[in-house]
Amino acid sequence: MSLLIKGGRLVDPTQELDGELDLLIEEGVVARIGPDLEPGEVEATGGEVRDATGLVVTPGWIDMHIHLREPGEEYKETVATGTAAAAAGGFTAVACMANTVPVNDNRSVTEHILGEAERAGYARVHPIGAVSKGQQGEELAEIAEMVSAGVVAVSDDGLPVANSALMRRALEYAQHFDIPVIQHAQDLELSAGGVMHEGEWSTRLGLPGWPGAAEDIVVARDVLLTEDSGGRYHVAHLSTARALDLVRQAKARGLRVTCEVTPHHLLLTDRLVADSGFSPDVKMNPPLRSEDDREALIAGLIDGTVDAIASDHAPHHRDEKDVEFSLAPFGIIGLETNLALCYDRLVRPGLITLSRLVELFSTGPARLLGVPGGSLAPGSVADVTLFDPEAKITVAAESFRSKSRNTPFEGWTLRGQPVGTIVGGRPVEFPS
Amino acid sequence: MSTEFHWSRKDLLGIAELEPEEITAVLDAAESFQEVSARAIKKVPTLRGQTVVNLFFEASTRTRSSFEIAQKRLSADGLNFSVSGSSLTKGESLVDTALTLQAMAPDLIVIRHAYPGAPQMLARRLAAGVINAGDGAHEHPTQALLDALTIRERKGRLDGLKVAIIGDIEHCRVVRSNIHLLTKMGSEVVVAGPRTMMPAAIAKLGVTVSYDLDEAIADADVIMMLRIQLERQSKMLFPSTREYFRLFGLTRARLQAAKDDVIIMHPGPMNRGVEIASDVADGSDSVILEQVSNGVAIRMAVLYLLAGVRQAVA
Repeated sequence: MSLLIKGGRLVDPTQELDGELDLLIEEGVVARIGPDLEPGEVEATGGEVRDATGLVVTPGWIDMHIHLREPGEEYKETVATGTAAAAAGGFTAVACMANTVPVNDNRSVTEHILGEAERAGYARVHPIGAVSKGQQGEELAEIAEMVSAGVVAVSDDGLPVANSALMRRALEYAQHFDIPVIQHAQDLELSAGGVMHEGEWSTRLGLPGWPGAAEDIVVARDVLLTEDSGGRYHVAHLSTARALDLVRQAKARGLRVTCEVTPHHLLLTDRLVADSGFSPDVKMNPPLRSEDDREALIAGLIDGTVDAIASDHAPHHRDEKDVEFSLAPFGIIGLETNLALCYDRLVRPGLITLSRLVELFSTGPARLLGVPGGSLAPGSVADVTLFDPEAKITVAAESFRSKSRNTPFEGWTLRGQPVGTIVGGRPVEFPS
Repeated sequence: MSTEFHWSRKDLLGIAELEPEEITAVLDAAESFQEVSARAIKKVPTLRGQTVVNLFFEASTRTRSSFEIAQKRLSADGLNFSVSGSSLTKGESLVDTALTLQAMAPDLIVIRHAYPGAPQMLARRLAAGVINAGDGAHEHPTQALLDALTIRERKGRLDGLKVAIIGDIEHCRVVRSNIHLLTKMGSEVVVAGPRTMMPAAIAKLGVTVSYDLDEAIADADVIMMLRIQLERQSKMLFPSTREYFRLFGLTRARLQAAKDDVIIMHPGPMNRGVEIASDVADGSDSVILEQVSNGVAIRMAVLYLLAGVRQAVA
């Protein structure tokens, strides 16, 4: 079975390609890339030819930080609805965090998630296992067991690994499997009670602040532990200028330190808590930071310090969010808005190139997690995303495939719409 | 009363969004209501037939009593709906509580809540006018208005004064409303307190920041002492009340630095010997009890103005 994608603008940073090129997929892998590939042979052998005129064709996108909420909180999201949202958002793969109920700290939970993903068939799912048993931050979880079941990284995300000794051991032990330890960097004492970034706007609103230092301190400690252990360390949803500087310095020293940032930290700031009238849909962890932090993150995209853009897709039920700001759970969803936000607000204004966006959406996450995809070099797995860069969309949460609606971007008008994904050579069909 | 100005807000959520003319309108209306409290029969029929719900999610004796008296003196029907220990513990959300109240068709709702933004949330959903009686450390607009009325009575103006606000600037619910009001009206505000209780970027609100009581009150026309919330204070903020008093307690001796005609204010309840010495609290410069009296007049004025908007809409 073959598939020829003709006439699109193919962008693949791993081959330094950006131009009108056709893509031939055979047996689930990339067979050939070239200008004006002949459709005759494909059609003769019963293959399909797809016209991609006006579309951008890239290696499949990988959202390396989402919450699928299954098992345990299926009223917020399920593997099926979350991966349908991923497919609709142009993602061929997602990595889901371990803070489910029960925690994904053992192979049976990992296998359950993978089984549900297989049944749904909308996107590849790469589970991330817990660092510690029950995310209690005390004892290492059985990482080898989980890795053998399919886990690609470990993280206690939702909570930090607070204990320095445990973090050291995790960075050491994870090297047996060559997987990264992903940290949710938050000093729980410094941020205690905080519901938004500590700064001018927390002062104006009288809301308890979550200072940037609470993130920076953990990243600083972990960089030192990474240096001593030689491990692989990845900062989840990095949100402050200083934490980014720490990552930049660590990279310069040759340490295996990486980071991801979210679209909301790239585009929004803490003043939105005031401007939105205390909307719980602008409450997330880490919180929206200052304009200085936001600008630093953009600089990190440009200079290469940032390795990936991830949504931290965190579904919550409408009833849970429809409460006082201080009582609302942290988190917003992002799978179905990531592309339009980043394309419209980062690529179109010229802050980063389309090729760099593909690195951040695909190549970077694939390399970090050691999963298939991230490249369309011949012989690569045929995970492909197509999007229409000119299509104008208005964000409407009601139309999301996700079960949840907690987005701060409702009503935004943007350009850039995913129009299809291909996973292992097979076009993905998802609920409309 | 100002003649041209017409109050048009459905709700009073904070001082931050008010124009100076609106502040003046409330103060003028309050002045005209002060006379009611001086009568033998302390009641006017102004709000007869209007229902006001006092929705208190936090214990509050002073503010609630003040609102209740204001309602009675205006002949409104007041209903106390204390939620601490009822709905919340049964798991009812603020929205459901609000909708339940809405179904009873109140005209005005006075809300006190531990969390910033709760009054905004109600105001967005309810047809009734909403009055913020304190939302966490965010705003407490009627307190700032009653403070302003007290200052205006004593000083004859609200501009060109130096006002020192001393104490727990971060957590105290009256600070932000007072800063907004006094700076909008043209006074200079100095805030002072321990560095551990000074919120980030407070200077962005247009105040001068000091960490020294004597410096802050030098040449002050008005000194507002804030309550130290001993019951909810973490030991990390200051080591003992003895040390607090040593650094930031207002005594007669230290008061010499202020202007001769300085007035001393406190939103109450006071911790005597912690933030303020008794001889200062009870001294001739103290206007603390006038603040309480003016509180009733301010709340009458606010109820009256908001009810007027309701009737105009109806």
